[in-house]
Amino acid sequence: MKGLHNFIDKKLKPNFTEGGKLSKFWVVFDALETFAFTPGHVTKSGAHIRDGIDLKRTMFMVILALVPCLLFGTWNAGHQYYASIGQEADLWAKLGVGALKVLPLVVVSYGVGLGIEFVFAGIRKHSINEGFLVSGMLIPLIMPVDVPLWMVAIATAFAVIIGKEVFGGTGMNILNIALTSRAFLFFAYPKQMSGEIWIHDVASNKTAGLLVDGHTGATALGHLANTVGKAADSAEVKGIMAQFEPGGMFSFENSFLGLIPGSIGETSTLACLIGAAILLFTGIGSWRIMLSFLIGGLTMGWIFNLAGANAFMGVSPLHQVVMGGFMFGLVFMATDPVSAAQTATGKLIYGFFGGFLSIMIRVFNGAYPEGVMMAVLFMNVMAPLIDHYVIQANINRRMKRTALQTA
Amino acid sequence: MEYINIFVKGIFIENMIFAYFLGMCSYLAVSKTVKTAMGLGLAVIFVLGITVPINYLLENYVLKEGALTWMGAEYATMDLSFLSFIMFIAVIASIVQLVEMIVEKFAPALYGALGIFLPLIAVNCSILGGALFMQERQYTDIGQATVFGLGSGVGWWLAIIAIAAIREKIRYSHVPAPLRGLGITFIITGLMGIAFMSFMGIDI
Repeated sequence: MKGLHNFIDKKLKPNFTEGGKLSKFWVVFDALETFAFTPGHVTKSGAHIRDGIDLKRTMFMVILALVPCLLFGTWNAGHQYYASIGQEADLWAKLGVGALKVLPLVVVSYGVGLGIEFVFAGIRKHSINEGFLVSGMLIPLIMPVDVPLWMVAIATAFAVIIGKEVFGGTGMNILNIALTSRAFLFFAYPKQMSGEIWIHDVASNKTAGLLVDGHTGATALGHLANTVGKAADSAEVKGIMAQFEPGGMFSFENSFLGLIPGSIGETSTLACLIGAAILLFTGIGSWRIMLSFLIGGLTMGWIFNLAGANAFMGVSPLHQVVMGGFMFGLVFMATDPVSAAQTATGKLIYGFFGGFLSIMIRVFNGAYPEGVMMAVLFMNVMAPLIDHYVIQANINRRMKRTALQTA
Repeated sequence: MEYINIFVKGIFIENMIFAYFLGMCSYLAVSKTVKTAMGLGLAVIFVLGITVPINYLLENYVLKEGALTWMGAEYATMDLSFLSFIMFIAVIASIVQLVEMIVEKFAPALYGALGIFLPLIAVNCSILGGALFMQERQYTDIGQATVFGLGSGVGWWLAIIAIAAIREKIRYSHVPAPLRGLGITFIITGLMGIAFMSFMGIDI
């Protein structure tokens, strides 16, 4: 970060200032620089502020990290649509179909969320801050492709008002805003939030008989949940599990790249990893949470492998973590600095149990394939408690130390 | 294995607070700090862990139809289950008296902090709820009843210390004035209920 800043300050800036080669583009440069580096106050002595990063810059970095997921999700929405009706299409056709689905979601989520934010800022006389920028981008990314727009609007309104504004606005919420909206939809409209909504128009295409043979439009986890309670060697279970072998629709490669149906932004592990790299490089996402979340997920997957009571449990841990929303939740949801644990040790505990529970709920609870969403919400609830005891433990240790010295 | 299932179910899946919303009064009133919440939570675990098995014995050897057969064949048709509410409450009240005396003797500070809510455990709905659930679910032996009581207690304890930690955290939040105190606590409870719904429907 510092090297980049130096480069921009010393090498690039002179080009844009008065008399430089590109002085006409000063406005553009200034806008981008403001986004990334303002306020840039640092101190040289006394109390050390190495980098005056503020909320706006933090939020902008997260948006930047979300861009790969957004782009890939848009493309994948189109890709899944054409794959489901068995047609070939080029990049632009796929992006076009995807954009038609994704853009309205983004617009609705930002429109409703920011609208409420403005109203509250007016009534409660606090300044408008950038807190909703990230939530407003996350909400469309965790929605199924064919979710009705009015449902997104209601969910966003619920999450912003009940999840955030009643607690006093940005930075005060106890649950992750985006996940609150998703959970609200999941429990308020269970019928509309399951079944054939993961691919654009799959339901109407099914009745019209346009679908490729054997295509059901279900997600990987939906398929796996179907195997629970059935004999592992029955024909149905074998047919489902064959899709998870190399070459199948939900093979490890496809799941990793994200060429599978699912919520818009969650499918691609690769895109999430790029986002993770940006968050880690800029120091905004906590590596402790990410690492321990991953370890927690792998541990639970491994335990299930040992138990192996049904076909779902037999899926390898690595395959488990690239499916569904696990990676997206790990990178963008669990690391939410407001609702996550605040202490260093607390973050490790929080992350581990988050990952652990994600896989556990996903496998045990057939009704909720979205185990990650529920696990992160549950850990959000537990995070203050974890922090409390980590801090208490610190206090006790230091008390003991001083007691020993004075004795 | 059966015992573990009942225990885990009591904590997470059939949580007294978030699944049945029982015992809300003391849950809302004593959750201002983690320390007092911890004390009350432990007291509830203790009371549930003792009263449920005692009530189980009462139910199966005194109250239920045919429960008095051990006294003689002529009592086989006796059905005293209309007395169960009174009996359960009497057991609970006496156990709570006992807990109160113990706490007053060994942790006077906690006794002061809990105040009126310690004797009020006697009328805490989750305690009677535990006894009535035990009756309704027909556990087959006293071990299951004990484990169920302890599990429910641990679930209640977890709920109250979790919300107490959250309330400590939001103490300095800029909550709208009409919602301060109980209002926001109700909203938090609802949101926590959403998070706990992750476990509902798990069949173990």
